[in-house]
Amino acid sequence: MSTITTSTRAAVAIAAAAPATPATARPAERMRRTARRWRYLSNAGAALLSALLLVWTLTPIYNIIMVSLEAEGDVAVTHIWPPEPSVESFWVVLTEGHWYLEAFWHQFGNSVFLAAMVTLLVLVIGTLTTFSIGRMRIRNGWIITNAALLTYVIPASFLAIPFYLIMHRYGLQNNPWSVIAVLVTFATPYAIFIFLEYGRSIPLELDESARIDGASPVQIYFRIYLPLMAPALVAVGTYALLLAWNEYLYQFLLLSNDRSMTVAVALGKFLNSDVAPWNYMMATAIVYALPPIATYYMFRGRMSAGLTMGGVKG
Amino acid sequence: MTTASAIEFAGPGARRQSLWRYWRGGLQGSEFTWAIAFIVPYVAVFLAFVVYPAFYGLWMGSNPSLYTEVFSDPIYLNTVVNTMVFLAFGVNVKLFLALMLSGFFMRPGWWTKALLLIFVLPWAVPALPTFISIHWMLNGEWGLVNNFLWIVFGMDGPSWLNSRWLALGSAIFSHVWKWTPFWTVILLAGRMSIPQEIYDAAKVDGATGLKRFTHVTFPLLANLYLVLTLLATIFLLGDFNSVYFVTGGGPANSTHLLATLGVVRDMLELGKPQLGVAAVMSALPLLIPLVIILMRKLKASEAQL
Repeated sequence: MSTITTSTRAAVAIAAAAPATPATARPAERMRRTARRWRYLSNAGAALLSALLLVWTLTPIYNIIMVSLEAEGDVAVTHIWPPEPSVESFWVVLTEGHWYLEAFWHQFGNSVFLAAMVTLLVLVIGTLTTFSIGRMRIRNGWIITNAALLTYVIPASFLAIPFYLIMHRYGLQNNPWSVIAVLVTFATPYAIFIFLEYGRSIPLELDESARIDGASPVQIYFRIYLPLMAPALVAVGTYALLLAWNEYLYQFLLLSNDRSMTVAVALGKFLNSDVAPWNYMMATAIVYALPPIATYYMFRGRMSAGLTMGGVKG
Repeated sequence: MTTASAIEFAGPGARRQSLWRYWRGGLQGSEFTWAIAFIVPYVAVFLAFVVYPAFYGLWMGSNPSLYTEVFSDPIYLNTVVNTMVFLAFGVNVKLFLALMLSGFFMRPGWWTKALLLIFVLPWAVPALPTFISIHWMLNGEWGLVNNFLWIVFGMDGPSWLNSRWLALGSAIFSHVWKWTPFWTVILLAGRMSIPQEIYDAAKVDGATGLKRFTHVTFPLLANLYLVLTLLATIFLLGDFNSVYFVTGGGPANSTHLLATLGVVRDMLELGKPQLGVAAVMSALPLLIPLVIILMRKLKASEAQL
């Protein structure tokens, strides 16, 4: 690997140097030497920076794993690696073997339900809206786009208090649909941008010819729009899934009883108790974090394409 | 001109008809009905879950006497200072690091690609576990950081979360740790969209190394960087998790941000949601101009890119 880059770099350096010094060999030789020295220096710097980045990134994650591997009872100790690592705490979590974790799988199911519903609704509402704006070219569609942009730039936590009171007023606390509603609200704008952007690459003539053949808008939506949008659907679906799974504030405010609680809320509750068993808590945290990490790395390529579109353009 | 006079002559009926035609655009008959039906779900969501709570909040915070109560609260004043410090350091450190690191990740080779995969972990892992982990790491007696300091340097570390500035610094650190990868990936994409020809041309003109960055790369990224700064500022204003989990607002409510103060202390602990709404709304003089500038910038960049 390094030989290839070295030789190409050298070739580039020579190519760049050649027109400037056509006849003299000595300055070229000197330049090459400085270039080589510079390259060593920059490689050493890169190695150092890489090491720093690894430590910086992995320390908090290392800490989670370390605490989760502690045997019960000796969490409050002064070492940086457990002398007798044990996976017992994972077993306790998976078998619900502690009164803190009694409803772990129920909560896990709640989280799955929540994330699945948010993803589904974001995809449905997002595609319907962008089909109307981008494909059917409804007049004044920009009003909707602006509304979406506005929602995107308002911090979600600023609406938390009124939203909480409204949900209480209608008796919707501890109802997963209240959280689903708010998460759909804050995830759909991103879906609209990505779908509109992606939809531009699909020629409108397709819709036109289907229309001439007598297809109704619903048929065009199902037969042409959705299949061609598949990559964007995957990107946005992943985004919505992760957003719903990882969100905390609204789940914490609205889902507080044992039946409706999600894993995120249960984890937060751990933190606020005085006698929390930290090794169980960290094991729970790992089990909670694994599905989104797996999803993220599985769909990373698709997602980062969408992300840059969304990130750069709003 | 001619259409206007025709409408005037034809009276209100024709005007209604042309208005109707204007709204329908090029859509015919049932198609227009479908187009409307398709946007109804989003419009309903927007009205019910953005407009309604926003106006409910404005109505709740419309009592002027609330603000005398808010502004005479020393914890609120501390919170404003915290928010300023958090904004100044959080946004700039994060974005500057992201700008530099995105340059680093442009280096060719499998090693940088593999490192990037690991580097995005803080962003891929949910905020909750890692922030709780950092909270535990910073524990004065049993935390990893102080254990490390003791084993390697034989010194007692400070109790990080028991003094206001150390605790606030820890929360900023956590925020930077969590969000730098996200902005790095975006800036990396921004750098990748700069065509190689520009660099080649710059090289011929003698712009290499630092000059290449200051005269070529940064000017081309400047607009994106500005948009990201605005976006990061707005997102950070609404940040809840990093303070809530790392410091919990403590010690003695001295490290709250507006969102945690409003939700946790005012609404849940004091049971005064109006106070919380007023505290959050005091950020509007900063938030509204930012939102307006950002929306304009995003529209412009959409047309341009």
